[in-house]
Amino acid sequence: MNATLPFAQTETPINYLNADYGWKSWLFATDHKRIALLYLFSITAFFFVGGAFAVAMRINLLTPEGIFSHDTYNKLFTMHGIIMVFFFLVPSIPATLGNFLVPMMIGARDLAFPRINLLSWYIYIVGGIFTLTAVFQGGVDTGWTFYAPFSSSYSNTHVILAALGIFVSGFSSILTGLNFIVTIHKMRAPGMTWNRLPLFIWGHYATSLIQVLGTPVIAITMVLLGLERVLHAGIFDPTLGGDPILFQHLFWFYSHPAVYIMILPGMAVISEIVACFSRKAIFGYGFVAYSSIAIAVFSFIVWGHHLFVSGQSMYASMVFSFFSFLVAIPSAIKVFNWTATMYKGSISYETPMLYAFGFMGLFTIGGLTGLFLATMAIDVHVTDTYFVIAHFHYVMVGGMVMAYMGGIHFWFPKISGRLYPEGWAKFAALLVFAGFNLTFFPQFILGYQGMPRRYAHYPPEFQVLNVMSTAGASILALGYLIPMIYLAWAWRYGPKSPQNPWNAKGLEWEQSPTPPPTFNFEHQPVVTEPAYNYSGEEQEVKLG
Amino acid sequence: MSHQVVPVKVYAAIFGALLALTATTVAVSKLELGEYNFIVAMTIAVIKGTLVVMFFMDVRRASSMTKLFIGAGFFWLAILLVFLLSDYLSRGWLLNIHWL
Repeated sequence: MNATLPFAQTETPINYLNADYGWKSWLFATDHKRIALLYLFSITAFFFVGGAFAVAMRINLLTPEGIFSHDTYNKLFTMHGIIMVFFFLVPSIPATLGNFLVPMMIGARDLAFPRINLLSWYIYIVGGIFTLTAVFQGGVDTGWTFYAPFSSSYSNTHVILAALGIFVSGFSSILTGLNFIVTIHKMRAPGMTWNRLPLFIWGHYATSLIQVLGTPVIAITMVLLGLERVLHAGIFDPTLGGDPILFQHLFWFYSHPAVYIMILPGMAVISEIVACFSRKAIFGYGFVAYSSIAIAVFSFIVWGHHLFVSGQSMYASMVFSFFSFLVAIPSAIKVFNWTATMYKGSISYETPMLYAFGFMGLFTIGGLTGLFLATMAIDVHVTDTYFVIAHFHYVMVGGMVMAYMGGIHFWFPKISGRLYPEGWAKFAALLVFAGFNLTFFPQFILGYQGMPRRYAHYPPEFQVLNVMSTAGASILALGYLIPMIYLAWAWRYGPKSPQNPWNAKGLEWEQSPTPPPTFNFEHQPVVTEPAYNYSGEEQEVKLG
Repeated sequence: MSHQVVPVKVYAAIFGALLALTATTVAVSKLELGEYNFIVAMTIAVIKGTLVVMFFMDVRRASSMTKLFIGAGFFWLAILLVFLLSDYLSRGWLLNIHWL
C-alpha cells in the first residue's frame, strides 16, 4: 500500500450510487446496476426466509420423533423448496451479478431494454408476494414439485396461490433472459467479438436460452394444474381421465434445465475468479465457452431421469439415462479446464478464490453423484432418499451458492466502491465449506442406508448422522450470517476501493471507474485484446 | 433496417383464411373419419399457425437471426413432444425380453 498519496481526494465523483438518493430514483430506476441491487436485496431476503424453513427442518430432525407434526413438516420442506428454487436460486446470479455486469463486460451503457429490466423486478416481487401470502395463509404441503394428482385434487393447502406465484415470477425470468440475449447480440463494444467475450457472458447467454425456452413450459404446467384444481379439467388426475405422469414430464421439462439455469451462471463466475487469481488466461477458452451452450442443449433431453420409478417406459428410461451421462462431458470439461488454468499459475488465496476452490470440489462431488442417479439400477435404490437430497444440495448449495458468494466478494468493490475485511471473509468462507460438508455429506450415507426424504420422523439408528447434519447446518448458517454483517458494515465504513483492486482483466475493471457512473464508461470502450490476457501477449483465441 | 408497410388487404385476406380454416375444422369434426379426424385437425392447426407466424408476425421478411430463434423455439417444442412420445409409445416394448 502506498502511504504517500499525492493528493487527498476531497470529493467523490458522481457514480450510480450517489447520482440520486430519492426513493423514486430506486423504485423507478432503469439503470441496470440499481436494478441489480434491488434484486440483490430482494433475493437475500428470500434466501433468509427459505433458510429459516431449513433451520426448522434440521431442528425437527435432531431427534427421531421430531417436534413438528407431519403436516407442519410437509409445509416446511415445501416452502423451503419453493422459495429457494424459484425465488433465490433461479434469479440469484443472473438477476444480480448478471444484471450488474453483462452490460459492463461487453462495453454497453445499459441492457437493451432497461424498462423491461425494471418490469422483471416488479414481476418477481408480485410473484414473491403471492407465494409469501400462501406461506402466511398456512403454507403448501405438496413439495416444491407439485406432483399431481395430490396437488390438483387432494391437497387442502394453498396450492393455487403458490402456483400463481411461480407462474408470475417465471415471466421475470423470461424477461431477464430475453434482455441478456438481445444485449449480447446487439450491444457489444467495437472489437468485442464473440471470441473475446468473457466466459461470464457465455455462461449467461446459455442460461438465458434456457430461461426463454424452458420457463413457458412450467408456466403452462402451473396453469393446467390450476385448471384441474379449480375446474376439474381432467388433465393429470386419473379419476378425471388424466395422466399423472404427464405432469411429471411437463414439470421436469422445465425443472431439470432449471438446474442448469442455476449452475451455469455459477460456472460463469468461477471462470472469472479462477483466471484472475491464477493470473492466467482460461485454459481452452473455446471449450469452456461451447461447453456452456452444450450444457444448455443437453439439459433439455435428460428430464426423464426423474421418472425412472414413476411408470415411464423402460425404453424411454434408457434413452434419458444415456443422455444424462452425456451431460457430464461438458460439465467435466469446465472443471478440468479450470484445473488446467491453475496449473503453473500464480495462485493467490483471496476470499473469492477460496469460494472457487469450494465450488470446484463440491460441484464435482455433486456432479459425480448425479451419475449414480443417472444409472437406473442405483436410482431405483436411492430414489426419494437423502442421497438425492445430498446430491442436489452439493450442486445447488455447494456449487451455486459458493459461486454466488465468491462472485459477491469478487465484485463487491466494484458494486459498492468499498473493500470488505479480508480476514473475516476468509474465516466465513472456511466456515461455509466446513459447515456445508458436515451438513450434507452424512445425508449421502443416510440415503444409501435407506432414509427416505420428506419424512418428519425416522428410525433411531439414523440419529447420529442426523445430529451431525444439524450441527453442520448451524455452522453453515453462521457462515452465511457473518458475510451479511461485514458486507453491510463495509458498504458504509469499509476503506475505499481503488478502481481495480484485484488487477483483474475485463472492461468492468479496466475501463470503468469504481463504483461505475450511471452509464458505466466515461468513453466508449474499444476492445483490442482477447479475454483474460493476463500474460499481456497479443494472442488471439480461436473458437472451435 | 427499413420496414415495409404491409397492405391492409393482405391482413384481411389472412384473417379471412384463418376464419375459413376454423370453419373447416368445425365442419370436419362433424364427420366420422376415425383417426383421420385428429390428423386433419392438426394439419389445419399447423397451417393456421404458419399463417400467423409468417404474416401477422411478419417472419417471412425477418432477419436470418430472428428466423433462427423462431426455428429454435419450434425445435425445442419438437424435443418436448418427441421425448414425451418416446415414453407413451414405447410402454411395454421391453417387457417380454427376459434377460433385461
